[in-house]
This record gives sequence, structure tokens and C-alpha cells, in this order.
Amino acid sequence: MALLEVENLTAVFHTEKGSNTAVDGVSLTLEAGEILGIVGESGSGKSVTAFSIMRLLREPGEIAAGSVVYNGTDLLSLNNRQMRKYRGREISMIFQEPLSSLNPIQSIGQQVMEPLFIHFRLNKVEAKERAIAMLKRVGIQDAEQRFDVYPHQLSGGLRQRVMIALTLVCEPKILIADEPTTALDVTIQAQILELLRELQAEFGMAIILITHDLGVIAEVAQRVCVMYAGEVVEIAPVDAIFDRTAHPYSAALINSIPNREIEVERLSAVAGSIPGPEEKRQGCLFATRCSFALPACSTTRQKIVSVAGGHKVACMRAEAGELPADMVLSLAERKHD
Amino acid sequence: MKRKLFGKRLKIQLGAGIVILIVLMAIFAPLLAPYDPYAQNLMARLVPPVWSEIGSWAHPLGTDNFGRDMLSRLIYGSRISIIVGIAAALLSCTLGAFLGMWAGYSGGRVEQVIMRLADAQLAFPDILFAILIVAAIGGSALNLIMVLGLSGWTVYARVMYNMTRSVKERPFIEASISHGAKAAYIIRQHIFPQLVPILTVVATLQVAQMILQETALSFLGLGLPPPTATWGNMLAEGRDRMWAAPWIANLSGLAIIILVWGINMLGNGLREHYDPNSQGRM
Repeated sequence: MALLEVENLTAVFHTEKGSNTAVDGVSLTLEAGEILGIVGESGSGKSVTAFSIMRLLREPGEIAAGSVVYNGTDLLSLNNRQMRKYRGREISMIFQEPLSSLNPIQSIGQQVMEPLFIHFRLNKVEAKERAIAMLKRVGIQDAEQRFDVYPHQLSGGLRQRVMIALTLVCEPKILIADEPTTALDVTIQAQILELLRELQAEFGMAIILITHDLGVIAEVAQRVCVMYAGEVVEIAPVDAIFDRTAHPYSAALINSIPNREIEVERLSAVAGSIPGPEEKRQGCLFATRCSFALPACSTTRQKIVSVAGGHKVACMRAEAGELPADMVLSLAERKHD
Repeated sequence: MKRKLFGKRLKIQLGAGIVILIVLMAIFAPLLAPYDPYAQNLMARLVPPVWSEIGSWAHPLGTDNFGRDMLSRLIYGSRISIIVGIAAALLSCTLGAFLGMWAGYSGGRVEQVIMRLADAQLAFPDILFAILIVAAIGGSALNLIMVLGLSGWTVYARVMYNMTRSVKERPFIEASISHGAKAAYIIRQHIFPQLVPILTVVATLQVAQMILQETALSFLGLGLPPPTATWGNMLAEGRDRMWAAPWIANLSGLAIIILVWGINMLGNGLREHYDPNSQGRM
């Protein structure tokens, strides 16, 4: 049995104009110790999925259906008090913006100790010891001296390291990283990803890495889940997604990765835009932007089916084997637009 | 930047100076007062202050209708004002801050109950509420503190409620929830510390309000019963002799004005100091 099994998760946002479905029947599994990447453009429901797993969705958002089974317990059936025991202790989360996710008027040491005080009966000395050890582990060497500094005194990369230290200080089994490198510059991004990979190897926790950057996925993830408009459209081992891309949307995402070896007039983009949450949900939601769509695509609800071992796709044409093998363009072919 | 003639620095120093002076006066009243404030001397009734033609240094600020020394009574009167003002402000501050943060953080039904209660109380004049209660249970220092404290919580509750609602939306609160923190922990560790500066300012200004209300109640005869030396009582006694002995009302009124002015100045100075829009901190 997998460590985390998300089944048919559906999250809706209630607005004055009616209910908008942000996550629609998402199912995915996470094995202990693996890194699962969730990729998709803004509004595809990646973050809402993550927040739903943690049960952090707030008004007007609501989980309408589904189950999130962690180690045999359905988190959605717990009361708030029981759920708090899981947050930070079993499942932890890193947010996009390290500066705003840290309390500006608390020293970083105090903040790293917070989860320890919440989940364990520790005295200050023990907590401080563990917090310093964790800060050192995430690459803050002079942790003793930095213990009493405030977040604004640190650089962006160091702040994200502090965030990582404080989410891992209770050694959770699952770490959800919601765009952990988006707010950082490129060199720091690489360092943070490297750090996550090291920590994963050391502590053995599973990571759900949410990003819109396929490059990041290629670098660290073992499996990828591609989301579009609140649905999972493809889920596959990371090499399969690049080598045997099954869904036209995944292919379009891969094709839009800029390549510095080729000169292009404009960067390639997936034409059109993601359907708004208020638009009618019928058939394949990507059909309007898909170059392989048939008339039937926009009326038939796409079911996610297995096409190879561990490789699932929600596209009736891919399932029927009708899509060309060269949807993902070779580097030389990417001189378009 | 143009330097203000009356900058926040001067305000804080002058305000704090006045307040500290009066607090010291209250603490060391027995050492400072030249006479027993309750000792009547009917041979020396209504002696005018020293600056009047017939005044003398025996009673620098004159005497009242019973020949009690005005200076001694003013010094002792500061005790009631200070104690009632600060204790009532603390009580209402604690109550209001707690309820305001609770309402702001929880929302929903808790918010509705607490804030509608505050609205209802705001629709009812504080002083009228105080008069009602004191008239029913009698005026003692403790009763005054309770009444003023319980009637003043709405100011804090509304300020803290609004501030809590805005702090609550900041991502670090969500981060703390994601670490498994419960509401009480978040309010204590993350919300309250953010609001302390604002609370300090409101509480300082409210001390002045409480002192004014106490003197108003005493003036109306609903404060501490005579012969207790309070500034409000003295003001009320002086009212009957405004023409014959104006110094009684004038001096007690002046004492009230100086203390309240000092506290307000301190409060305004602190507000400017904590205001992120004002340039340069101290």
C-alpha cells in the first residue's frame, strides 16, 4: 500500500456566482521515499490539491468529495484536533515565498523550534539543540550565531533554507513543496533543489514537488503528474514523460521549454489559455487548445487509463494509439512560431 | 524633511515626564504632603493660595471649606486618579484584546456574538452605564475600576478585531497552521506580538479617558464618597464656591488637565513612533 493515496479528490470554491471546481476528481499515489512532481500552469489546481491534502483549504474553498488516505487513515474524516497531529509531524509543507511565510518579528531560531514545541514535550535547551542541528543540516553553518537573527536579515536562499529546516525539524514522512524555488534566482534554485534531494536521501521522506517548471521536475522527480484545469491528464515515471509523452498537453509543455542552443524569434508557448473556473466542464478541457483534437474530444469525458506500467493518461486518442510518436519536437524542429 | 516644532520625541519625553512625576507624587504622597489631607482646621477655612494678597506660605495652595490643605489633598487625590485610571484601562485592555483577537481569528458565530455585543454596548453611552451601575452597587475604588473597566472593552475589541483580521491573512499564519499549531497558540505567538504596539498606544490614550470618567463620576457624586480626596470630589466641592474660593475648583481642574494632557501627549507620541509612515524612528 502506498504511503499516501489520494482518491477522486474534488475541491470547489463557492462564490456569489456559483460553485467553481478547482480540483476535479484527482487521484494519485505517493510511495514512501519517492519524489513526485506535480506540474501544470497557473490555475491548474496544483496548489489546491496540496492544500487539500493538508486540509488547509479555507473559506470559500471546500473539499467536496474524495479521500486522502495516509498510512491507512483517511485524513478527511479526522476532526481538527486529530488533523493537527498530522500537520508538521507527518506531513509538512514549504511555501513559495519564504519571506512572507516567516514571522517578521520572531527570530529564526524561535520559528524553527515552533513545530518541536507543538508536537513534542521538549524543554528549551533540547529544542534549541535540535533546531540548531537542523539549521546546520540545511546548510546554515553558523547556526549558533544566526539563531537570533530575524528573517529580513537573511538572503532569499537562506530564508528558504530556514523554511526547509522548520518543516523538516519534526522529521515528517511527507514533504509538500509548493513552488519552493519560484521566488529565488536561478543559482539559488539549483542549490535548494540539491538540498532537497540530499535531505530526501538522508531522512527518507517522500516529497511532493509542485512546480510549473518541467526542468525542475526532470532534475529531481522520479514520477510526474501533469495537471490541467483541475484534472490529472498524465502521470508517469519521469523518463517516460519526456521519452514517451502520451498526452498532447504534456507534449506542448515540453515543447515550450526554451533551449539556449537554438535561436528563435519568440519563445514558444501553448496557444490559448486554461479554461476559467466558471467555464462549463465538459469533455476534454484541453480540446480547444489541442492540435490533435477531434470533434468527439470536446463532448467525451476523458477517463485516465494505464498505457504502460505506471504510465497513465487521460486522452482517448492516446489510449487508442492514434497520436503521432513525434508530438515532442526534436531540438532542431523547435524553430517555429 | 521639515522638523516639526513639537516632534514625537518631545511629545514622548514631555508626556512621560509629566506622568512619571505625578506617579511619583502619588507613591510618595505621605512624604510630600505638608498636612494630613483629612485634617480639618476650621480656624483656617478658605485661605487663598500664596499668590493672593492674603495668602501665606503656611498653605501654599490655600485651604478648602473645612480648612483642609489643598496641596496635601491634591497630592493624595492623584493616587485615586492614577490607580483607577491604570487599573480600569488594564482591565478593559485585557478583556477587549482577548475578545477582539478571538472574534477576529475565529470568525463565524464567535465573531458575531462578540462584535454585536460590542456594537450594542457602543450604542449606549459609557458614562450612563457607569452611573447606573455605581448608583446600584455604590462607589468604591474597586467598583469604579470594575465599572470603567467593563464599559471600556469595546474600544480595544474593535481595534484588535480589525488588526487580527488583517494579520490572519498573512502567509506565516498559514505556515504556522501547517506546522500543526492550534488557534490559541497562533494568537499567542504570532498575532498578539504583532499587535502590542497598537495596543500600547490605545491603552495609553484610554488611561486618560478612564481618569476623565473617574473624575466625571466623582464630580457627579458617584465616585468615592466624601471626604475621600479625589480630584473629581474636590472639583465638585469647589463648584459651590466658584466665586468666593475659585482656587478650589481651578486647582483640582488644573491637576486633571495636566495629567490627562501628559498622558495624551505620551500616547500620541507613541502612536507616531510606531507609525511606519512617519519618517525616522526616534
